[in-house]
Amino acid sequence: MKSQPPIVIVDNLKKHFPVTQGIVFQKTVGQVRAVDGLSFSIVQGRTLGLVGESGCGKTTAGRTLLGLYPATAGRVLIDGIDVQHATRNKLMLLRRTAQMIFQDPFASLNPRWTVGSIVGEPLRIHRLLATRQERVDRVKELLGLVGLSPQQINRFPHEFSGGQRQRIGVARALASSPKFIVCDEPISALDVSIQAQVVNLLEDLQDRFGLTYLFIAHDLSMVRHVCDQVAVMYLGAMAELADRNELYEHPLHPYTQALLSSVPVPDPKKDRARHRTVLGGDVPSPINPPSGCRFHPRCPLAGEICSQEIPAWREISTGHWVACHKV
Amino acid sequence: MGRILEVKDLVTRFHTAEGTVYAVNGVSFHLDEGEPLAVVGESGCGKSVTMMSVLRLLPEPPAQIASGTAFFKGRDLLKMSEEVIEHDVRGREIAMVFQDPMTSLNPVLTIGYQIEESLKAHLDLEDEPARERAADLLAQVGIPESPKRLAAYPHQFSGGMRQRAMIAMALACEPSLLIADEPTTALDVTIQAQIVELMLELRQRRKLSLIWITHDLGVVAGLAERVLVMYAGYIVEEATVDDLYDRPQHPYTLALLAALPRVDRRRNQRLKSIPGAPPNLLVQPHGCPFAPRCEFAISRCRTENPGLTDVGPNHRIACWIDVRTRKQR
Repeated sequence: MKSQPPIVIVDNLKKHFPVTQGIVFQKTVGQVRAVDGLSFSIVQGRTLGLVGESGCGKTTAGRTLLGLYPATAGRVLIDGIDVQHATRNKLMLLRRTAQMIFQDPFASLNPRWTVGSIVGEPLRIHRLLATRQERVDRVKELLGLVGLSPQQINRFPHEFSGGQRQRIGVARALASSPKFIVCDEPISALDVSIQAQVVNLLEDLQDRFGLTYLFIAHDLSMVRHVCDQVAVMYLGAMAELADRNELYEHPLHPYTQALLSSVPVPDPKKDRARHRTVLGGDVPSPINPPSGCRFHPRCPLAGEICSQEIPAWREISTGHWVACHKV
Repeated sequence: MGRILEVKDLVTRFHTAEGTVYAVNGVSFHLDEGEPLAVVGESGCGKSVTMMSVLRLLPEPPAQIASGTAFFKGRDLLKMSEEVIEHDVRGREIAMVFQDPMTSLNPVLTIGYQIEESLKAHLDLEDEPARERAADLLAQVGIPESPKRLAAYPHQFSGGMRQRAMIAMALACEPSLLIADEPTTALDVTIQAQIVELMLELRQRRKLSLIWITHDLGVVAGLAERVLVMYAGYIVEEATVDDLYDRPQHPYTLALLAALPRVDRRRNQRLKSIPGAPPNLLVQPHGCPFAPRCEFAISRCRTENPGLTDVGPNHRIACWIDVRTRKQR
């Protein structure tokens, strides 16, 4: 497995948004450092989880990765295509190879389009099939793949439940036969009993088509279940990256430790026996992030060096990366 | 310990343009003084509507409380006049904390004003003592520099601080019962842990009775003693937390727990998903509401609704089947 070359390589990716003042003559007064130095790679057929609290830059990272936002710095290679420097033709190819599933199945489907037009749009844009009939057949096949009925092709999004709509979103993402899909909180808007259905569907499709996923989520229990590797972000920067069981059983970064101990366990006896680290305070603003290590104002281990120097991104053991002075 | 709240056979419906929504279909439960009770269920299961009906917070029409009683400290809340319930009960004796602190706070009034408002209305306090008490309340829920913070507007607070302010507001008149409706759902896990800790501490210190409404079976394990599981407007299982997680007996509870990934365990298999979707509440219920999705269902389940029956001490379920033997009980 290790010998396989990664299909997605992200190297020191940064995305800053300018903060402007004034209406006519806007001047930049600061930068929101939404993503500030992200590095990881994903092997084909695997899933990398990107976790962190709201506002930590997970979604921005996913969108910058696919070139939906121009990156401020850094490099992203997806299946050999350099996202930032791709030509028009290469970019069209990238849009076919890499797809996205969005969080809100109510907002991400056009309410005036039928399911057939929604799922068939990538086929039309990329001119993947010559005739209308072929496209209709393919859309029906896709609907079947995600567990919907091909007869529902002429229905509108409002006729479906949340879980079914998310299936439509999955079908649309699959239409252009991609290799890599960014799943941006694909289940957080769904009820528990429906979440498992969608997660199982994503896993089946991965097995069947060898798909590679970037799974962006804040639900740490689900990430442990779904992902092979997990990256933890805090305020735009990477805190820790490791294989699933390594990260959950031997977390090294104090933020990862606190995050994991905050996750409620559905087992009252275990929950009572557990040692809890409750972090004080809130996540600071990414406009003027704390100096040195961004986590130091909330960190139980913080020392003098933490507020002065940015900790290096180091590989502690094979495949286990961490950015902390105290590890 | 005495009973503080006893709800019997509550039925709530909504009359809408699309037809009648059967939201709550005969719910009975009780709460003892000082007890923490959790109500669990997915969206649309009637957990919030039940509590809103008890507090008479639903606009009538479209809502209609068709039948039932809700005795709180010996008085039936469902028969009280609007004036009495507003002045004596809501905010005074029973307070509620809602899910989204941004929409339940008024954005154009200061935090201080909104806390003082309830103190002045219920306790007839003057300006100065009301302000002092408001500052004291904010300090109690863990907001630093509280006297200064009274002048802040909700948008100047973070999500966690807003929820703390909401809790301060709810506690203003020293209620004996606090109903928290998904108070941590909009918050991040680290902030959720802070709020859960705060609520548990306040409950102990003030001997509060607490009803915690949530969809998260994880949170429940850490904070309640007794749990009600709701589905499609019915209570389907009632048990102590230990029983519910160790010996769940209703097929829905079983399925829900099996569908949950665990942060504390290695993955060993696929998640067991529950097929289908929750029922359409516009259809008048008949039979067990979970039957169409239930792996144990028999023909009787589709025609006759099993009422809640005892299956052990403090353990009741609404099911015809014994899930351990797969036979009719």
